[in-house]
Amino acid sequence: MTPNATIQWFATGRRIFRGRWLATLGLAWLVLVVLAAVFAPLIVPFDPLEIDPVARLTEPGAAHFFGTDHFGRDTFSRSIYGARMAIVIGLGSVLVALLVGGLTGMISAYFTRLGAFLMRVVDVLMAFPALLLALVLMTLLERSVMNTVLVIGIVYATTTARILFGMTLKLKNEVFIDAAVCSGAGHASILFRHILPNLISPLLVQASFIFAFAQLQAAALDFLGLGLPPEVPSWGNMLSESRIYVTRAPWLLLFPGALIILSVFSMNLVGDALRDSIDPRFKNDIKGV
Amino acid sequence: MTTDAERPLLRVRDLKTHFTLKSGSLFGGSKKLLKAVDGVSFDLAAGEVLGIVGESGCGKSTVGRTLTRLEDATGGTAEFDGREMLSLSKAAFRPLRREIQMIFQDPFASLNPRLTIEQTLAEPVRIHGLETTREGIRARIARTLTQVGLDPKVMSRHPHEFSGGQRQRIGIARVMIVEPKLVIADEAVSALDVSIQAQVLNLIKDLQKESGISMLFISHDLGVVRHICDRVAVMYLGRIVETAPKATLFSAPSHPYTRLLLASIPRIRPGRIPAEDRGEPASAAAPPPGCPFHPRCPIATDICRSERPQPVDLGNGQFSACHHAGKQQGEAA
Repeated sequence: MTPNATIQWFATGRRIFRGRWLATLGLAWLVLVVLAAVFAPLIVPFDPLEIDPVARLTEPGAAHFFGTDHFGRDTFSRSIYGARMAIVIGLGSVLVALLVGGLTGMISAYFTRLGAFLMRVVDVLMAFPALLLALVLMTLLERSVMNTVLVIGIVYATTTARILFGMTLKLKNEVFIDAAVCSGAGHASILFRHILPNLISPLLVQASFIFAFAQLQAAALDFLGLGLPPEVPSWGNMLSESRIYVTRAPWLLLFPGALIILSVFSMNLVGDALRDSIDPRFKNDIKGV
Repeated sequence: MTTDAERPLLRVRDLKTHFTLKSGSLFGGSKKLLKAVDGVSFDLAAGEVLGIVGESGCGKSTVGRTLTRLEDATGGTAEFDGREMLSLSKAAFRPLRREIQMIFQDPFASLNPRLTIEQTLAEPVRIHGLETTREGIRARIARTLTQVGLDPKVMSRHPHEFSGGQRQRIGIARVMIVEPKLVIADEAVSALDVSIQAQVLNLIKDLQKESGISMLFISHDLGVVRHICDRVAVMYLGRIVETAPKATLFSAPSHPYTRLLLASIPRIRPGRIPAEDRGEPASAAAPPPGCPFHPRCPIATDICRSERPQPVDLGNGQFSACHHAGKQQGEAA
């Protein structure tokens, strides 16, 4: 069973990425980022928080691959730990967005009376641009990893709710839902056993995009000094600190900036590939879904 | 006081299911009432198969959906085993779901594509507490799959691995696994290939005979109804216009609408005069006054245009809701 499942996963992966060399490159980059994040303590040559006043603003070289910042902290080490923060922020935001947004959307579509109210709240929240909403919420809260994750998650919960609302609305009128009712299934069973498994593919696609957008939002919040606490080594914070020294030490801007761009671009490419693979117009093996 | 022996399993009286059609803008707009089912009454004895026939949109499917509580009844009563069930709360009705089951029309839509056959079939067993152990549930699923002519080994597969006929067998297994007393078959074979129809139809008939289930067989296909039913009710625009034992209905139909239906069965025999085209039924949202059939009726008179006919007992279990029911038969003889 297990080797079979592995083979199936592999086959699905091949189907999604075959002929999409850009998306495959993106996936490879993401794997690299994940590996860097997981094995950060083994990779880094310096402690990312260690201050070395003698080596302030050293140019990139043999000792410091990406140079050092104004405290003499090693930019390469901070970048590697930044990958950790990127993944924590990404996964956290995805979790919050899918949980809050997904539940709101599903419940709103299923219980129409409650939904009429809940979806108006979602509409109001969606009227604000994502960054503006995140800014307002962050100014009300303390700067911390947890709060950043929550705020970004809530911002993207609105779009998730919208998407799942529509799909649940369609699914709940399927004949197999009527059949489940006739079998005696209750509301919870219908929502989570019959509807939710049919939403996995769109949820996966949605997750990949939220993951990418969360990076941009987090970087923007960090840059504006509203996101993670300043001492935390995140790509956004590094970018924010670099701007004072941009003429003397452009590598401080270059490396975290490139990392953000590459990662977000990669995630979007992978997300596109995922979306195309579940879009029936691109699908050549429609199987009763 | 009726005894158990003569009491019908299902007694439906004046059943009404109306839908509100909303049209127009965000603010208000007009509301229209669609009387999908408008005063349907019938009895269904234990072990009997009653066919409900009629054109598309006559409300025959809505009768089935209302009796399984998939739609809310607007009025009327339905006694199941002596107990009124339309007024029960959803929670109080749930135990009855085991006894009243439904076979759906489209076997491609009625199975959840994400669940294995075992998961689909285990659900009602678990909900109604028919088996408690994992082995017990599996044994019961295996038994039921054999009963409907499928290999028990298939239970680990997903619906997309089956053909339409096989899927409908799975749908029937889902019904049979809880050992119901009443099965409502809503166009159970209409979506299948003609070659498969007969197989599935015979399976349903055999299972019905073996276990003595009562059945409401909803169909637009008179040939299928003739094959499986004991008694037939003909519906037109939300009402039953004629009820009769199968043999009587096909040999001596009383209601002009029944005669129109019978005349429109396609026949291969040459030399037959083709059925007269009598147009489409009126919309259930705006039924004509009086007898709803009068605009298409060849024998309509003034009374048909003003008064709604009540069912007339013609003897031998035949009832016809036609002002001319008794008389014109005499003329014909």
